[in-house]
Amino acid sequence: MSELALAAHPSPELRLPRLLEGISYHDIASLRDHGQRYGPLPLWGTSGRRRPGRLIDVVDASGLTGRGGSGFPTGRKMRSVASGPGSAVVLANGAEGEPASCKDRLLLTRLPHLVLDGITLAAHAVRARTAYLCIHGQETELRDALDDALAQRRAVDLDPVPIQLRGIPARYVASEQTAIVQYLNGGPAKPTFSPPRPHQRGVRGRPTLVNNVETLAHLALIARYGDRWFRGAGLPSAPGSALVTVSGAVRRPGVYEIELGTPAGQVVMMAGGPAERPAALLVGGFFGAWLPARSAWPVPMCHAALKAAGGAMGAGIVVVLPDSSCGLAETARVIRYLADENAGQCGPCMFGLPALADAVADLAYQGGRGRAAERVAAMAGLVDGRGACRHPDGAVQLVRSALRAFETDVRWHDHRGPCPRVSRAPLLPVPGEADWDWA
Amino acid sequence: MSYELRVNPIACDGHGVCAELLPEIIELDPWGYPVLMSAEVPRGLAEHAKRAAAACPVLALALVTHPDG
Repeated sequence: MSELALAAHPSPELRLPRLLEGISYHDIASLRDHGQRYGPLPLWGTSGRRRPGRLIDVVDASGLTGRGGSGFPTGRKMRSVASGPGSAVVLANGAEGEPASCKDRLLLTRLPHLVLDGITLAAHAVRARTAYLCIHGQETELRDALDDALAQRRAVDLDPVPIQLRGIPARYVASEQTAIVQYLNGGPAKPTFSPPRPHQRGVRGRPTLVNNVETLAHLALIARYGDRWFRGAGLPSAPGSALVTVSGAVRRPGVYEIELGTPAGQVVMMAGGPAERPAALLVGGFFGAWLPARSAWPVPMCHAALKAAGGAMGAGIVVVLPDSSCGLAETARVIRYLADENAGQCGPCMFGLPALADAVADLAYQGGRGRAAERVAAMAGLVDGRGACRHPDGAVQLVRSALRAFETDVRWHDHRGPCPRVSRAPLLPVPGEADWDWA
Repeated sequence: MSYELRVNPIACDGHGVCAELLPEIIELDPWGYPVLMSAEVPRGLAEHAKRAAAACPVLALALVTHPDG
């Protein structure tokens, strides 16, 4: 790491918050605020220890992994993009597709320059000549705010590679990386059958670095404070901090910054603790998993531990399901949504997901004949792993986790019919249900 | 040489020709789309697999050849 950078801007002593340190609930951090807090953009020189690619070594050493859900090592991805043929493209993914997540939106609306710094630093490191920031097209307010932030940077000629803002359709599968790439190439915003992966052949056939905006914000800090500083929080195997969105039956729902490896229960306590007796946690979002509250409480929030517990880190989502809600009914609502959101490309997903949604809805709202659970498991087996993208697999993972976490409820529903809790108002934020008539 | 079958699920329209030509490896799901019982093709079925891949009307089935080793 550049000693100069370290000397000019001593790294913060406090472990956390890191990303959210400069956040204000009233104002967007201007370029001036940002500059005062973090100093100038540490664009590295052109040769030796200060050559642009050196940042890749630092990111590699930091152990930073993708914060959008994949958990892929960022340094490794940068390296393969940098070594690809032709000039590279950087694509920052700020199109937050997970309805229960709002961390990316928080970063973009409150701390845009942290993300924009990350884009420019990544572009410099992989020698990209094109950089995009993708958000949902219909979020016009966010678009205006980012346009404004980009104008502030243009005025002082901050970004050698201009950052182009692009709106993509707000569909669940549209923010999958191959879908964004296909959309920027003039096609529909739907996943493609890969390989080649975007890091090999992406936008206009060029090697494309697709990173979540939070990942790039971490990168902006790593470039300033170094890999050792980054490793000063989190676990040796999962270093750094991460933003998590905590919602459901908690007293203070919101976005929190945690050290990776913080037990899930402690994350719930950061959000004010359970507002009701918790039954289960949905960890990782709609492609994540239900874990019974008791067993989820001590599980460290990091990819490896959550995977071992049958869940997923995803984009850092924790939803607390209270004892008074029916986990099967909640799952039925999510699977119906995921079925409706399928891209209409692959037969097994196009026909299988609606059939799976029917089976889960039958278990949640009908049942009583002792056959519904079996049919859910059979349908899950039929769609698992059979799409071009992971959309069907994500839905199946959630369904299977529900069968495990709500085992007692599954038996009750299957043999006696719906439990009394199915009539409780929905908990999970499922888009497109707003017009339901509750009367 | 070893052989591996791959279905491009986006291209596949569920014509089902492959399952007729290679029932040893391919069966159809309730909606008529192919399910591979194993991606790897035993040597004895390689010719049948080639024929099945060639017969797919939308070229969604590919037979990938791996050199041994």
